[in-house]
Amino acid sequence: MVKVRGLCFRRGTNLVFDRVDLDIRRGTVTAVMGPSGTGKTTLLKLITGQLRPDAGSIEIDGEPVHLLGKSALFRLRRRMGMLFQSSALLTDLNVFDNVAYPLREHTDLSSSMLRKLVLIKLEAVGLRGARDLMPNELSGGMARRVALARAIALDPAIVLYDEPFSGQDPISMGMLVTLIRQLNDAAGLTSVVVSHDVAETATIADQIYVISHGEVIAHGTPAQIAADRSPWVRQFIDGLPDGPVHFHYPAPRLADDLLARGVA
Amino acid sequence: MLLEGLARLGRSGLGALERLGRAHLLLAAMLLGAGEIIRRPGLLTAQVFNIGVLSVLIIGVSGLFVGMVLGLQGHYVLAQFGAAESLGVMVATSLVRELGPVVTALLVAGRAGSALTAEIGLMKATEQLSGLEMMAVDPVRRILTPRFFGGLVAMPLLAAMFSAVGVLGGYFVGVGLLGVDSGSFWSQMQAKVDFHEDIVNGVIKSLVFGLVVTWIALFQGHDAVPTSEGVSRATTRSVVHAALAVLGLDFILTALMFGD
Repeated sequence: MVKVRGLCFRRGTNLVFDRVDLDIRRGTVTAVMGPSGTGKTTLLKLITGQLRPDAGSIEIDGEPVHLLGKSALFRLRRRMGMLFQSSALLTDLNVFDNVAYPLREHTDLSSSMLRKLVLIKLEAVGLRGARDLMPNELSGGMARRVALARAIALDPAIVLYDEPFSGQDPISMGMLVTLIRQLNDAAGLTSVVVSHDVAETATIADQIYVISHGEVIAHGTPAQIAADRSPWVRQFIDGLPDGPVHFHYPAPRLADDLLARGVA
Repeated sequence: MLLEGLARLGRSGLGALERLGRAHLLLAAMLLGAGEIIRRPGLLTAQVFNIGVLSVLIIGVSGLFVGMVLGLQGHYVLAQFGAAESLGVMVATSLVRELGPVVTALLVAGRAGSALTAEIGLMKATEQLSGLEMMAVDPVRRILTPRFFGGLVAMPLLAAMFSAVGVLGGYFVGVGLLGVDSGSFWSQMQAKVDFHEDIVNGVIKSLVFGLVVTWIALFQGHDAVPTSEGVSRATTRSVVHAALAVLGLDFILTALMFGD
């Protein structure tokens, strides 16, 4: 479904990705994990064509995303849904109109058909009763579920989740974990979950990619990743404060720094 | 040291040119998006309401006071030459040619322009614009273009209202307080204010100002750094740039239109 080959991307002088290869199979839930700041969100933006790679190729269903013009990219995006970390709901529209938005923009459905479809999508995320609320009246977890209903409004083939669990209480997190798996299986979707919540993501993922310092450092099923002995993977999976990824940001020796002359 | 200074100057010059380029690309995209307005006129009317109707109060009150001040000051100067009866011409010409378009543009930049910049900047900061792109909706066509044309339509209407209310303000002060003859006030105005020379030129000015003020406001929002500080800076820049552009362009347009 998604094939990434030799992906290189730099931001200024910083090399975010260095020859990354990824394969996302149809119908699976693929997790992309890694410490904060490794460019996981950037990877989603590259897959969706919001950013262009410096080298390498990204194909979705055989279409080269990195080479598509604006209109072809927009056509492709009608088959993609994306759940943003900030939910990205339109703040001047209520829950119903937010979910109806992509349908109104891209289809000529009658208003009664549109209403039914929106209510079905809202029912799937358990928020049919919240249809009249405004985004500022929703909790973080509810906003994310509304955004999920909007992301699947056009029945996409692939849904990308950017840190769906961050900042969620255990109940909302449990709901989102279940929803992602259920939606994937019930609607025959392909899901890509970018996250650093190891335990939750491992329970629903079919395969996991662990990324660090611009490279894929491990790849396999959750069981294979759990059994991986590499110190990088162990530090990330076990949440160790120090290891190959240092606790301290690079700095001169503490003694030299404290004894140096200077003012704050 | 000198080289470093030169390099910094060069970098900031290149940065400014790049911004100018982006601003023109945005303008071109909004003009090309005019079809969207024809297909969905509801988008335009909503923005004419937001930018125009919601500015009516401030434009009306300001127009009234400016007209009343013109009545007082105009009468003081004209009475010295025994030409107080020409007060109507003076008030109407100043308003229609200059003060109507210019003051309206400055007020719209402060009220609606800053709001547009903050709105678009916040939509960018909260990923609403990226969200639209991911729904295969072009935010320039769907969000910015209706606001651009809304500003373009609203500005001349607001300027016309400003001038009309200003003339009434001048009338209240001149005729009501200072004893200018009502008949002379209106008849001289009717005889001396020319439709093409004064009114059409005034409308052209306010169309140009409408384009510039809305364009600057939307570009600053669209180009804002997506943080709270970035949006706040963009909002300030929007008002300052729009005010300077309006005053500078007013001089150029006045020279072209009335410079003989």
